[in-house]
Amino acid sequence: MHEAIVAQNIIDTAIAQAPKKGGKVTRVVISCGQINALNDEAVKFGFEMAAAGTICQGAKLKIKHIPLKAICKNCHKKFNFDLYNPKCSKCGKSDFSLGDDAPLLLEEIEFEACPPQAGKIH
Amino acid sequence: MKIKVNKKILERNEDFAESNRKFFKKKNIFCVNMISSPGSGKTTILEKTAKALKNKINIAVIEGDLYTEFDADRIRKTGLPAVQIETKGACHLSAQQITKTLHQFDTDKLDILIIENVGNLVCPSDFDLGETARAVVLSTAEGDDKCAKYPKAFAQADVLLINKIDLIKHLDFNISRVKRDAKKLNKDLKIFEISAKTAKGMERWFKWLINAKR
Repeated sequence: MHEAIVAQNIIDTAIAQAPKKGGKVTRVVISCGQINALNDEAVKFGFEMAAAGTICQGAKLKIKHIPLKAICKNCHKKFNFDLYNPKCSKCGKSDFSLGDDAPLLLEEIEFEACPPQAGKIH
Repeated sequence: MKIKVNKKILERNEDFAESNRKFFKKKNIFCVNMISSPGSGKTTILEKTAKALKNKINIAVIEGDLYTEFDADRIRKTGLPAVQIETKGACHLSAQQITKTLHQFDTDKLDILIIENVGNLVCPSDFDLGETARAVVLSTAEGDDKCAKYPKAFAQADVLLINKIDLIKHLDFNISRVKRDAKKLNKDLKIFEISAKTAKGMERWFKWLINAKR
């Protein structure tokens, strides 16, 4: 996945969504699926770089990984697909169908409450 | 203060992809996005496809590479129109690049557009180009463990071309492992065993392409 592009997109959206000029972003929540996966370290690094000097500087980035659901064709058990061990968690058979993977989503942005305007100091 | 956004992060690419998809639908063009590692034989597959089908159906090709016009030149030698996109370092094609390139073809007369993506089994999978179908190519010399290592490429494809099957006798390549792993990720995946060099199995790919267009 393109962690740098992802990081830049998050920041562009946060800036566009900022309710008031100068409102700082404190936290961003994104989610991704198992196939539409992100590398946490790389996206956090990219986010930190791209956030520097913007309203997102210092914001926390939470990355949720949504499991990919599979349904066993043998015992009909719904289970989380494990790439390293692709078999039914109940009967152990590896005949299953995969559900849709979660998309790469920007879920929410948390803004800091705006501080009262301080007088201009010259 | 919390704002719920719930927006796709690569939305800008998806907007262009959607407009490409609408364009292909309107013009009745079947567009294939071909993805693989470098050296899997994509261009050779396209050269052979061009030679076999050029008198039956109108095909054009978009070639993606970091640098050079080599591949577009190879396709043009077969008589097909081809446009090269040099990404100058980018590891994948974007939907916007396709949008910008489309006007270089006579799209009123086009039946099939094949986009040969930048050779890379990772990044191109993340960028929808608005294609009608996605083809992934895996050549036998790359090894039989690639489906689990690079799942997205296989999970999102419509067709898997296992190329260079003429080399199997020299390799430890377990073709049933590939098929099993690929089907686990994608039960509807069509799999063709081919050798673009010897033409073995290519008829089935040609037939699929022509039928898919209809």
